[in-house]
Amino acid sequence: MKWIAAVLFAAMLVLLPSVAGDFYVNLASQILIAAIFALSLNLLVGFGGMTSLGHASFLGVAAYISALLTSRYGFAHGPAAIVSIAGTTAMAAVFGVIALRASGLGFLMITLALSQVLWGLAYRMSNVTNGDNGIAGLTRPMPFGISLDSAASFYWFALAVASVSFLMMTTFVSSAFGSSLKGVRDQPRRMAALGFNPWMIRWITFIYAGFWGGVSGLLYVYYNKYIHPTSLSTTSSAEALLGVIAGGSGTLSGPAVGAALVLLLKNYASAYVERWNMLLGLVFLFIVLVMPTGIVPGLSKLLNLRRGSR
Amino acid sequence: MPISRRQFVSTAAGAGIASVAAPRLTFAQNSGPIRIGLLAAKTGPLASGGIDMELALTMFLKERDNTLAGRKVELIVADTAGVPATARTKAQELIEKNNIHCVIGPLAAFEALAIADYLTEKEVPTLGVAAAEDMTQRHPSPWFVRLTSTSAQCAYPLAEYSAKELKYKKIVTIADDFAYGHEMCAGFQRAFEDNGGKIIQKIFTPLATPDYGSYVAQVKSADAIFLGTAGSNGFRFLRQFIEYGMKDKMAVIGGMTALDESVLRNMGDEALGILTTSWYSAELDNAANKVFAPAFRKQFKYDPGYYAGSTYLSGQVLEAALTTTKGNVEDKKALMTAIRGSNADTVRGLVKFDDLGNVIGNVYIRKVTRSDGRLVNSVIKTYPDVTQFWTYDKTAFLKNPVYSRDYPPAKYLEP
Amino acid sequence: MQFWIIQGLNSLSLGGLLFLLASGFSLIFGLMRLANLTHGAFFMLGTYFGATAMRANSDLSIWTVAVSAGVAVAAIGGLFERLVLTRLKTNPLGQVLVTLGMSFIISDACLALWGGDSIPVPTPQNLQAPTRLFGFVFPTYRLVLVGCAITAAITLYLLLERTRLGAMIRAGVDDAQMARAVGIPVANLFTIVFCLGAGIAGAGGVLGGPILSAYPGLDADMLPLALIVVILGGIGSLLGAFIGSFIVGFIYTFGTALFPELAYIILFLPMILVLALRPQGLLGRLGA
Repeated sequence: MKWIAAVLFAAMLVLLPSVAGDFYVNLASQILIAAIFALSLNLLVGFGGMTSLGHASFLGVAAYISALLTSRYGFAHGPAAIVSIAGTTAMAAVFGVIALRASGLGFLMITLALSQVLWGLAYRMSNVTNGDNGIAGLTRPMPFGISLDSAASFYWFALAVASVSFLMMTTFVSSAFGSSLKGVRDQPRRMAALGFNPWMIRWITFIYAGFWGGVSGLLYVYYNKYIHPTSLSTTSSAEALLGVIAGGSGTLSGPAVGAALVLLLKNYASAYVERWNMLLGLVFLFIVLVMPTGIVPGLSKLLNLRRGSR
Repeated sequence: MPISRRQFVSTAAGAGIASVAAPRLTFAQNSGPIRIGLLAAKTGPLASGGIDMELALTMFLKERDNTLAGRKVELIVADTAGVPATARTKAQELIEKNNIHCVIGPLAAFEALAIADYLTEKEVPTLGVAAAEDMTQRHPSPWFVRLTSTSAQCAYPLAEYSAKELKYKKIVTIADDFAYGHEMCAGFQRAFEDNGGKIIQKIFTPLATPDYGSYVAQVKSADAIFLGTAGSNGFRFLRQFIEYGMKDKMAVIGGMTALDESVLRNMGDEALGILTTSWYSAELDNAANKVFAPAFRKQFKYDPGYYAGSTYLSGQVLEAALTTTKGNVEDKKALMTAIRGSNADTVRGLVKFDDLGNVIGNVYIRKVTRSDGRLVNSVIKTYPDVTQFWTYDKTAFLKNPVYSRDYPPAKYLEP
Repeated sequence: MQFWIIQGLNSLSLGGLLFLLASGFSLIFGLMRLANLTHGAFFMLGTYFGATAMRANSDLSIWTVAVSAGVAVAAIGGLFERLVLTRLKTNPLGQVLVTLGMSFIISDACLALWGGDSIPVPTPQNLQAPTRLFGFVFPTYRLVLVGCAITAAITLYLLLERTRLGAMIRAGVDDAQMARAVGIPVANLFTIVFCLGAGIAGAGGVLGGPILSAYPGLDADMLPLALIVVILGGIGSLLGAFIGSFIVGFIYTFGTALFPELAYIILFLPMILVLALRPQGLLGRLGA
């Protein structure tokens, strides 16, 4: 039963471009990118108990590195992508050392501060980043010579990357390491007594989350063909965090659902609702009050209840 | 007073929803409505301008009974929220979902730059409002025209006026620390110094500056301060500047958005006497504006400014072009040629375009005065047919780097 | 010399403004362990109330308006606490989500009601003339604002240290479980403190209005400042918030004047340093 549903869902995803118009396919691509980003943030928030308000740093820095290398220094997309992901991951390692000095609200604030510093640099160092004008005129890569310029081809590309990332993040949290991460989240003292190194476990998770944040940043800049300091802003970090919490932090599919919700409200519902910001706020209030643990856990509970009553 | 405006917004929104939700049939060419997409930031920090852009364009179309060149017009307004990525999604929505024939807007340079390549790729005629210099200089697009001004285009005349007529020798500039401010101050500096003046200090303030006190206290003694600001930041700086008693020490002059009508309507006598430059003023004495400005004031209870003027102006240019093409919007090349050759008589005066798609038109030096109890920008001098290159040679101009925080270098800064 | 004096006064007045902003945030966090991300929106709401009231009737004194706006915002905060936050006591992530959601709602409502223009809060008539000191001028209102902040700080201190309510709040801050056990109505206390914090933000919004004006985005500009102040000063400590406000005032004012290159990051660098070296804040008693 479950398998059939999964296969049907996968088929639906793959076949989407043959039934939907370009606009909807593009929207779906954006959802995939946001989902990877939210999943990587969820490694910290949901499984590690570390609420970060600066995750956009990784998305933005990966995007900026790729944009600069390809547009200014003549790199091909392949090497640029490798340098960009490697650079972002290295940055995550450094940021992790700083941010993991604190926990709770302190961790949230330090991640916020680090991302604000990057945002400020992107704005201010306009001779490098082109400042507020952003970097325009970018191209999409051509993996194996296939152009990604059409909505459908880019969507399939994003879908492939998203599938791999989903698989790898799932493996990560269900591995032995993932269990120790959850252990550190819930019982840090006991884990330390058992001989684990909580700091090291958190740090590795932070780096891994930074890596996937970087991957989503690459897709982001390929998709938009443009990068601007707002991508590094607290607002983009906060939106991802909202998606994670609304969808259900600590679940595997929750953040993807939450990210899709935020994106659709922002980019789709806003065409029909003048006060879409208010709608966004009300939806969040509603979700928390009705499904305090998020949409996915809330819905599955509801389904189980109905099954139980039958 | 704000109520009438709100009601209008909500009814306009209601109409928008109805028209989008209604099932749309596919028409053969040259039939069905002309679909115009407006990209405007109606939420976020740029909302003031975005809301006015929608109001004025809606008013323009209503005056013509939603008909241009004999064809019905459908306006689809998309809220960019002042965010580049959202601007892109909204542009896609207008083009891929709503099948619009042309785009008006968006307002901010970074929004326009985020979608410029996309609009060119999709070959969508665009009537731009944003001021980023390079969009009509080093990176022009055959599908883009700008009807307002480059960042510096209106600053040149004021710079010359300051040096020649006001006899200012030393000026301090202040602007928001982003491309619009950099470009405007650079252009002002260039023209002012070429006329014998000296820019002795250039201050750029971050976009999110909570308190301008620390910047006001840094301003060096000079003949005048030039405000290259836009929106609420400039407004707040100016209020602080006055509170520190600085307006008694030096004159205040401003760029095209510094004392826009949208700022003036929230100011008092402290603004009197300030000189600014723009391609528009609600006080302009021409036939088109004598219809537009009073009607806008009557409906919304305040004067139209830069933003309202920009979309009304776009409407007029588009109308002129459509009259040439006899309402044909399906032939996009012909429409674009017609727009570029429109020579329309608009609310800002006669509008022509250069070969890069930028406007050649009048620029006005304006002085804040009181009229009928409200503050207005009354025109004191007109510089006719100003181009984006001012008096400079186009080829040499384009060989230079684009204006920035550091280019052209300021030679006379005081330590 | 004049530069140092004027910028010193600027630092003080900014510090005063920041205290009015951040003290309520700190108070709420101290008792409820809640990072109230609606705080910037409460502040902005106060500024808009002030701008509207004083535009409608220019004879109103800013002090009356500040108190009324404080009460109005406190009422809104109270409703929010009672209807929403109380249901989420054991759900800290849920609290983050609703306070952010609420701030979206408030700021969009402000945009719908007041439009996108900046609306000034007029400086009180009798404080408009600049003060002349040793041959230079300084806006009188800014000096008064420092006085406001000190008055507010003393009042809050007395409230916390010298009243029964204050004693209960302190007990709740130290150990909410224990306070509940000895019969302190902690739930009511939460509501009172949340109202108080929101009310100070609302009143602070009015008093900051002559300097800041009301504009869309004021909330997003102010919220990080509140966070920085309480992180630097130490979370949940009134004295910490007071000292943190003035430290931030000085760093910001002198930092932007002396190192304009660093204007964007001038506030965040010290915060990173403090958090990395002393995560509980300069004066914090509690682990963050």
